[in-house]
Amino acid sequence: MKKVLSRIYLAFIFILLYAPIAVLILFSFNNSRTRAKWGGFTLKWYVEMFQNESIMSALRNTLLVAVLSALIATLLGLMAAVSLNSMKRRRRTVILSAINIPMLNAEIVTGISLMLIFIGLGQFLSRWGYGVEFGFGTVLIGHVTFNLPYTVLSIMPKLRQVNVSTYEAAMDLGATRMLAFRKVVLPDIMSGILSGFMLAFTLSLDDFVITHFTKGPGFDTLSTKIYTEVRKGIKPEMYALSTLLFVSVLVLLIIFGRGKGKETAK
Amino acid sequence: MSTKLIDLQHITKSFDGQMVLDDLNLYIRENEFLTLLGPSGCGKTTTLRILGGFETPDAGRVIFDGEDITGLAPNKRQLNTVFQKYALFTHMTIAENIAFGLRIRKKPESYIKDKISYALKLVNLDGYENRMPDSLSGGQQQRIAIARAIVNEPKVLLLDEPLGALDLKLRQDMQYELIRLKNELGITFIYVTHDQEEALTMSDTIVVMNQGYIQQIGTPEDIYNEPENAFVADFIGDSNILNGIMLQDKLVSMQGVKFACVDTGFGINKPVDVVIRPEDLELTAIPEHADESSEEYQRAVRRITKFNPGFMTGTVSHLIFKGVHYEMEVQSGGFEWLVHSTRMFPVGTKVLMSVDPFNIQIMNKPASEDEEAVGVEDI
Amino acid sequence: MKRRNLALSGPYLVWTAAFIIIPLLMIVYYGLTDSTGAFTWSNIAQMGTPERMKALVLSLILSLIATAICLIMAYPLALILSHMKAGATGFIVTIFIIPMWMNSLLRILAWQTLLERNGVINQILTFLHLPKLYLINTPYAIALGMIYDFLPFMLLPIYNALEKIDQNVVNAAYDLGANRFQTFWKVIFPLTIPGVISGITMVFVPALTTFVISDFLGGSKVLLIGNVIERQFTQVGDWNVGSGLSLVLMVFILISMAVMQHYDKGIGEGVVL
Repeated sequence: MKKVLSRIYLAFIFILLYAPIAVLILFSFNNSRTRAKWGGFTLKWYVEMFQNESIMSALRNTLLVAVLSALIATLLGLMAAVSLNSMKRRRRTVILSAINIPMLNAEIVTGISLMLIFIGLGQFLSRWGYGVEFGFGTVLIGHVTFNLPYTVLSIMPKLRQVNVSTYEAAMDLGATRMLAFRKVVLPDIMSGILSGFMLAFTLSLDDFVITHFTKGPGFDTLSTKIYTEVRKGIKPEMYALSTLLFVSVLVLLIIFGRGKGKETAK
Repeated sequence: MSTKLIDLQHITKSFDGQMVLDDLNLYIRENEFLTLLGPSGCGKTTTLRILGGFETPDAGRVIFDGEDITGLAPNKRQLNTVFQKYALFTHMTIAENIAFGLRIRKKPESYIKDKISYALKLVNLDGYENRMPDSLSGGQQQRIAIARAIVNEPKVLLLDEPLGALDLKLRQDMQYELIRLKNELGITFIYVTHDQEEALTMSDTIVVMNQGYIQQIGTPEDIYNEPENAFVADFIGDSNILNGIMLQDKLVSMQGVKFACVDTGFGINKPVDVVIRPEDLELTAIPEHADESSEEYQRAVRRITKFNPGFMTGTVSHLIFKGVHYEMEVQSGGFEWLVHSTRMFPVGTKVLMSVDPFNIQIMNKPASEDEEAVGVEDI
Repeated sequence: MKRRNLALSGPYLVWTAAFIIIPLLMIVYYGLTDSTGAFTWSNIAQMGTPERMKALVLSLILSLIATAICLIMAYPLALILSHMKAGATGFIVTIFIIPMWMNSLLRILAWQTLLERNGVINQILTFLHLPKLYLINTPYAIALGMIYDFLPFMLLPIYNALEKIDQNVVNAAYDLGANRFQTFWKVIFPLTIPGVISGITMVFVPALTTFVISDFLGGSKVLLIGNVIERQFTQVGDWNVGSGLSLVLMVFILISMAVMQHYDKGIGEGVVL
């Protein structure tokens, strides 16, 4: 009885979570401009989507920002984690709580604060005739900022697990510091680095709020593109785009999950 | 001491098709300190969990005080468990932990208060009422786990490798502590461990288990001195186990040498396992220059053959100082003998090895491959 | 060695100062000054207008309701998942967590499609000869969107907290005479409180501050405090008032952060899959 009830409950939540997504995917194949009726199967919205230059440029921007911000955040995060790991406890706690700010703070506040700093910086630079242009650069900085805590927190625990004596043993056997780090420490924390990168990449793909406040006119990622389009009224291309985004996140998660599985199998 | 308090009858249990207990029969008497001893995966913990009610056997019955409790839920049983790694409630104070069972039973608060301070005194931790479990050391947490169990006045206390997580010195202290507790409380202890020294120190009765079968039940002395098979002999203490042939009553041959022994009833020319404890082997050094015909050699032989006509010659190949004794390995007839002695024989010394007939333990070869967990040849 | 490692955090610290700390101070600065740079409380007092107070109160009510319903829905789910056999768990848990990684705009868009006047739900209702539901552009639709959007954020920390409980601790409670009900309320639930708190914060803060959900499901008819602030920045262009309002919002966020800090533990675990 209890088992049946829990099965029913699982099914209920499952349907609640996935039915809306399924509807979205279904409409992406609907050969009718109105959502009121089903007009048969079609791929034309996908074709239109790929021919829509503004959507394609948003896609390019999204991928570029995601890859670059994940790379930068991972690199900075790795350096910070190594450094934090050798810090005294008190100091580490202070810095770690600063790290957590963008993670715990509301996105809208982080977005606004970044917008204000770019405006402020622009005013400051204008004295010498320079300025800050809202667009790719500001969005990238925004994304690195909110990705940083996730990369640090992915790498830190792995680094904690590294046996210090193997590192020291490597140096004892004549390896330089860099070599010892590369040959001994890096392989051990690689899984953390990779999952930090993947996490950052996925978060960046998904982000809307930070991008919304830092992008300025004329620059769009997929999220902001969807937002403006939907406010004008939903076009079926948006369903095609949604389906594509959903499938790619799914694929990413499967790859990510695989890596995790392997790690636990070891 | 004589009544059966618990009776396990034909208990069978398997997990995912893997047989863990196979037709296990065992009874436990009132006020007994009984230890289930064996390597991991032998079924000892499963037996304990069946007693505690956390597993239901596939077949068989658990009789407690004359009643069948096989299907009874854990919270309805008159036994309490001390878990591996303590399993304290980390969100409660020590006093709340100890009071848990009493509060469930709706005992009056004044009674609970008395019980807490009684239990804390019993485990030598009075004054710890308001501490949190995380602030205690492993040994202290273990004592709290015991206190939490015994305030409920169970008839039986089940202990699942309770000392496993402690370091050696603390483990030894806790062993004495447990014996004292058991005597003060006058209840039955059922103790699970893979540590033979723990079992030998504390138990009234030891049940040696392997691969789901009981290998031997007996007092610590029985188990140590008269292991019933090669597995028990090997698992309890160090021993030399080798193939022999029982030529007739009180005469066994190993490595082609005839030894007097005291065992009878094995038949004639029967292959057997022979067990000799390392401390029972007597070594006599032979000077480098003395050959077999020399007077010194003959004198030594005459002296040792007074006790047992059989003896072997060998060479010390390894020597370690162990504090109380020296541990040596002696190569003889292609076999590596383990010898403990308070006298030191340097590596390379030629020695005569003899053994008192009383200290030769003859055992039947295991009937099935199954029971032979440890290959005799491996040793 | 030590010194060299410390230097490694340099770029990170500079980044944190430049793009986290100073920007937050900028909000404080703009929020407490007028357009000439003189100190004033008026930006904060702007929150007092009836329209804004209404938005703030509505935001608080909706986010509290959404948080409560998420908790009520997620806890049993987490319990069921944590009881599943080891092999199946990983996959099934992933199924319930995946939506968390999906673009939140898309998820809300999906609900818009479902709830519209002629949306999927109403089409089904019409087909069944049942009266239509007019949920879109009402606070109910927004609450529904919040619950849907943030449910996985409640599920994950609670599930993690449940997974961390040693089975023997639960067995110990049974062993000491507690029944299932007592074991749950006296042992299991108290041990998952850090997870619950973490889940509450992870649902409450985004729900309180959202403007996307209300934009998509509330039309322009229902405004939340997030919308009010967003419009100050992107449409009105009055950063001083916008910052002033943000400061008020941050007070609420700080309160929930303080609660979270109090129950520390499990901060990272809740978020990282």
